Amino acid sequence: MMTTAAQPLTTKSMMLNLGPSHPSMHGVVRFILELDGETIVKADTEIGYLHRAFEKMSEQGNYLQVIPYTDRLNYVSPPINNQGYCIAVEKLMGIAVPERGEYIRVICSEIARVVDHLTCVGAGAMELGAFTAFLYMMEAREDLYDCLEAVTGARLTVSFGRIGGVKADLPDNFTALVKKAFAKTREVLVECDKLLTRNRIFVDRMRGVGYLSKERTLAYAIQGPFARANGVDWDLRRDQPYSIYDQLEFEVPVGEGCDTYDRYHVRMREMEQSMRMVEQCLFKIPKGPIAVDEHGRELSGADMVDQAKIGHTLHFQTAHAVVDPTLDGTRRGQVERVTNPDKHVLLPSKEETYGNIEGLMNHFKLVMTGHGLHPPAGEAYGVAEGANGELGFYVVSDGTDRPYRVRCHSPCFMILAVMAEILVGHMIADITPIFGMVNMIAGELDR
Amino acid sequence: MSDLIQTLRSRFPEAILDSHSHAGDDTVVIRPEALRAVAAFLHDDPEVGFEILMDVTAVDYYRRKPRFEVVYHFLCHRRNQRLRIKVPVAGKDPRVATLQDLWISANWMEREVWDMFGIRFDHHPDLRRILMYEEFEGHALRKDYRVDKRQPLVGPVN
Repeated sequence: MMTTAAQPLTTKSMMLNLGPSHPSMHGVVRFILELDGETIVKADTEIGYLHRAFEKMSEQGNYLQVIPYTDRLNYVSPPINNQGYCIAVEKLMGIAVPERGEYIRVICSEIARVVDHLTCVGAGAMELGAFTAFLYMMEAREDLYDCLEAVTGARLTVSFGRIGGVKADLPDNFTALVKKAFAKTREVLVECDKLLTRNRIFVDRMRGVGYLSKERTLAYAIQGPFARANGVDWDLRRDQPYSIYDQLEFEVPVGEGCDTYDRYHVRMREMEQSMRMVEQCLFKIPKGPIAVDEHGRELSGADMVDQAKIGHTLHFQTAHAVVDPTLDGTRRGQVERVTNPDKHVLLPSKEETYGNIEGLMNHFKLVMTGHGLHPPAGEAYGVAEGANGELGFYVVSDGTDRPYRVRCHSPCFMILAVMAEILVGHMIADITPIFGMVNMIAGELDR
Repeated sequence: MSDLIQTLRSRFPEAILDSHSHAGDDTVVIRPEALRAVAAFLHDDPEVGFEILMDVTAVDYYRRKPRFEVVYHFLCHRRNQRLRIKVPVAGKDPRVATLQDLWISANWMEREVWDMFGIRFDHHPDLRRILMYEEFEGHALRKDYRVDKRQPLVGPVN
């Protein structure tokens, strides 16, 4: 060997691209790392790979046409996005939502939050090699998706929110369905808790990793479970209660460790709180009036058409057609129970649209270009507690039927901004647990 | 008029162009020159300070003068209060002072505003595009950027 003890060992740092297409990068994000051996000296985060111009597209259509786009922001918990956007527009227009509608929104949102946390924790555990936990959690998630599907008709892109309420009422067997799904979820959570929470390998890779102080968390405007794990005792549902959260009892889990392990733990505890909320909602949900014809019964679609042919249309405004079975999807109707009955806001149910001329005209006035919702000129910032933190929508109206500007403040964006700071000093292998508990959803991050 | 707006008005009588509380959102419109002074006050004052700069965005009022408006949303956990500050910015060579040295959260959001609206933030240390790629021409959220315009990125420049 030529080297002597006197000669210092020369080292140079190495650049490494992690992502954008890497299994542990949850969709698409790229870390440009400068490495000293395996230690990260400097990191840069590159995002934007899933940019689909949500904000630009929102300006092209009318107010209702934004709702399907919001589904695709945080695609793991779309009901919360629907709610967030609707809150902003409702605030702008100054309209109220019937109580039953608010309850249904909260029920869907909280189920979606459990789904979101299950996905985050499950996938995070899987990346550390705990595949069992992932499979168990996905199984529970399926049951929860069944619940959402029973209400909204879709599992993922639900488009269930409406400005002034929700699309439709709960199905008949919903409580039983939720009960079954929650029993399953609780069983899975207990199981996974046993598998992970005191698992030596899991704890060693999570505890003390990815430290971020409370002050830095606030400086980076991070909210949600990530911030709560860092000791920020703040939850919009409790501190700025919107919808009917002020009528529910729940706790806000807060961590102290400011590390990845606490982020896992806060999410695990939040799921139980969300399920508690849904159960309270199902217990408390008020029954609204059911509209009927002048004889006190629902009107069948065929009867309605027959009566319309002989000119008996006077009572149609108060009656509801039941069109069966081709339009069964919205038959649970009685939309007024769950949506603001203002005809300038309420998109009529399909039975109404196809069943009588008033419904058809109402539908026409809401969906045709140049008609539709006309919020007064102005601006409003509506917020909801998203699964990752504060989900804000800043909506500007110029008084026409199209939103002049829709800005989505996504919670992920702020957490990704801090990643470069968190990662420095850690090893490459630590990226996986740190990033796993960020719960990055590319749709929401890149919009 | 809310107490907060009252305080700001008495503190910065020259800087404030307009204020309102539509839909319950306290809003103050200030002169761009005064942004740094107002921001420093909001950052440091123990009484009316805001520890969180929640959102930075912009709106392109295409036919209005001045054309742009940069919009800041603040949140204070302690007082459970929000504030919106709007800064009108001219359409030609739009510039505004950065706030990223006061609230680090502004760093990425100002980059996004630059990317989408082409508004420069003076003294921002790292004003690169964030959602679009460097070769992208124009600023997509400006009203005069056509929604159906296509700019395929063929490959890296070099």
